[in-house]
Amino acid sequence: MSEIAERPPEALSHGAAEHKHKDVLGAKMGMWIFLLTELLLFAGLFLVYAVYRYQHTAGFHRGGMETHTMFGTVNTMILLTSSLTMVLAIGAIQRGKKWLSVTFLSSTIGFGLAFLIVKGFEWSIEIRKGIYPGSPSLLKKSNGEILFFGLYYTMTGLHALHVFAGMIILTFMLVFILRNKITKDDYVKLENAGLYWHLVDIIWIFLFPLFYLIN
Amino acid sequence: MESTESNIIVEGHSGEDKQEPISYGLYVVVWLGLIALTSLTAVVAGFNFAAFTLVIALLIALTKASLVVNYFMHVKFEDKIFKVFLAIAGFTICVIFLLTFSDVYFRR
Repeated sequence: MSEIAERPPEALSHGAAEHKHKDVLGAKMGMWIFLLTELLLFAGLFLVYAVYRYQHTAGFHRGGMETHTMFGTVNTMILLTSSLTMVLAIGAIQRGKKWLSVTFLSSTIGFGLAFLIVKGFEWSIEIRKGIYPGSPSLLKKSNGEILFFGLYYTMTGLHALHVFAGMIILTFMLVFILRNKITKDDYVKLENAGLYWHLVDIIWIFLFPLFYLIN
Repeated sequence: MESTESNIIVEGHSGEDKQEPISYGLYVVVWLGLIALTSLTAVVAGFNFAAFTLVIALLIALTKASLVVNYFMHVKFEDKIFKVFLAIAGFTICVIFLLTFSDVYFRR
């Protein structure tokens, strides 16, 4: 908040072409407002889940038994680790270590890819069992199970789409670091991309117990 | 007198945190905590605590989320305005959930 006051008068002079006006706090606030709209999007889906689970307790339980706790746990570990490498990438750029930051950021993208690969295996197993929206064998099951798997595919699918979007954003950040557009003195882009990545992680933290931990 | 003193402390605090990057070690410790909680929740899911099973799982998820928000998203070290944002969003979501639940529960 004190940034404007601290800004030296030369920022106003035309001579200082290097001295671009930056509003780091404003950039982060804008990002947070966007993140909260994302949170509300998923909150709506969690609300639908909660109401249907209350109305179809037995069906949701049977549905939950079918999902693989192992895949969910592994993917949780992968996303948590990707969040660690994300903050380490920011920490490295803060210390001016460009290549360390590039390494951490690349591994974050790599973990994102690993998450999607595990997700792909998991979904293909479910689909081979004949469980996918509108499948004949799913439609023979109870309403609760149909709703559970509908929400399972919608919520984990929308989340996977967010992971994919995050990977694209992080790839851009990687290019920015390589081209010295993100540096020790100006890394708010990387911080905001990191905030997005962590939000996607947080959403998974809640999806995990609701879809994978029903035993 | 008292108010000026607290003002100085607040200013010094926020300025300090913006300057110095958080140590790698702290991030690794938080990550270890998150991994430990994930293992715990996966193990606990095997036991049957009846109605409490879901509550325990959600409490662990909330703890994990608050670790990510406070340390990885460093809200703990940010300006007060970010905490206000989060509080308003959290409150809004709670209101939406409570109103919907009361509707579903009392509807006949």
